[in-house]
Amino acid sequence: MALEDICGFKNSPLHRKLSPASCFEDTATFLHMNDNSGTLLNFFMPSFLSSAAFTCRSLAKPSLTVRRPFNLSHGTTTLGFIFQGGVIAAADTRASAGGLVACPFVHKISPIHSHLVVTSSGSGADCMLWERILRREIRLYQLRHSRCLSICGTAKLLSFMLHPFKGTDVCVALTLCGWDKELIYVCSDGARLQGDIFSVGSGSPYAYGILDGSLRWSLSNEEAISLAREAVFRATHRDAYSGNHVDLFHITAQGWSQREREDLKEEYYRDKKRKMTIAEDRKRLTELEVLG
Amino acid sequence: MEYLIGIQGPDFVLVAADNVAASSIIQMKHDYDKMFKLSEKILLLCVGEAGDTVQFAEYIQKNVQLYKMRNGYELSPSAAANFTRKNLAEYLRSRTPYHVNLLLAGYDDTDGPGLYYMDYMSSLAKAPFAAHGYGAFLTLSILDRHYKPDLTREEALDLLKMCVEELNRRFILNLPSFSVRVIDREGIHDLEKITPSTK
Repeated sequence: MALEDICGFKNSPLHRKLSPASCFEDTATFLHMNDNSGTLLNFFMPSFLSSAAFTCRSLAKPSLTVRRPFNLSHGTTTLGFIFQGGVIAAADTRASAGGLVACPFVHKISPIHSHLVVTSSGSGADCMLWERILRREIRLYQLRHSRCLSICGTAKLLSFMLHPFKGTDVCVALTLCGWDKELIYVCSDGARLQGDIFSVGSGSPYAYGILDGSLRWSLSNEEAISLAREAVFRATHRDAYSGNHVDLFHITAQGWSQREREDLKEEYYRDKKRKMTIAEDRKRLTELEVLG
Repeated sequence: MEYLIGIQGPDFVLVAADNVAASSIIQMKHDYDKMFKLSEKILLLCVGEAGDTVQFAEYIQKNVQLYKMRNGYELSPSAAANFTRKNLAEYLRSRTPYHVNLLLAGYDDTDGPGLYYMDYMSSLAKAPFAAHGYGAFLTLSILDRHYKPDLTREEALDLLKMCVEELNRRFILNLPSFSVRVIDREGIHDLEKITPSTK
């Protein structure tokens, strides 16, 4: 992207031949985006496929696009919530490709700038790319306007950038977690929701089960972090597509801070031991009652 | 899954929408507002496909505001409804149709209150009462039975509560709360949220 700009590639006749931009001219949202949008959209147009198949919303023409080896679904557990001490973002670290664990040590939470962190879910490649694009756009905004774009503005920008790709195979669901206690969920089918608690991915129902019961505004920092860890742990226990480790980020007015990555296998054995000691204590108590 | 309802009285329009924003089986938000304020006396209620609703509704909202800035006066509800329908119709046969169902409610100082029903096929109908969503199948007969053209605000609110109770009793999905607003000569007023009582 940057190299293309510097070389002036977009003005060359080869670029114009390879990436016809005419198919995007009638999309309403294309018009409001300024100069860098031309580079952005043209970059993703495949030159060898007919553009009609790529931009057509209807699913009636699968033959022209590449066949997928597995179903694109969100095999992950990510969560974010707001409490009195700021915002917590947590995610597992497993990247799955169908039934295979493609990588057990992926970073699903990445910082955009010092006070904004994004958790990703969906296609790994798409998420990495769109995080990078978002980082670039935010940095450009910062340089042009000498102030940080607000989280709402960031979410809206991301949502508008993703809109032309609605109906294609782009699959991203990002949760922006920022200072000033805001949490916004943006997804490639166009949803943009602001809220206090979000969990995304195949493990999210399990995580909601833990969070909805125990989340309170007045939690201390330690309690909130252990709640997030517990929610991801329970989700990874039940969901086959989540697992390995848990990443935890804590965002406050001073910026984000990352905790050390924790192995959930250890957590599983700790939890088992805890339950065993509880069972033993209860057995001992009932024995004492029987005797006494 | 989502529900919109509008009831027009002699000098007001009562509208309500559910507050759930869902993604497959999960309720992601319980307090999501589906009403978009187009101008001082016009509300657009919008449900449908995830991104299309906000994109389309905000597009209409900004264009209505632009008209006011350019011409110095606001669009009437009827004009706004026809403008919305025209946009839906234009996009319908394009490569990116908007899959949205709308209710436009407004008060015109000369013509009085108006409720306009629009759907994703870009049909437009001015109606005394209307509803969108699966819930409409359950509640339209209630509206047919109890609606009178000269109903008061209290009667309209009671009718709305009757519809909500029916949804609570018979609709398979849980819709825990509904935002309610009234538009009249003075503008748009927020009413208390309706939460159906558990039986």
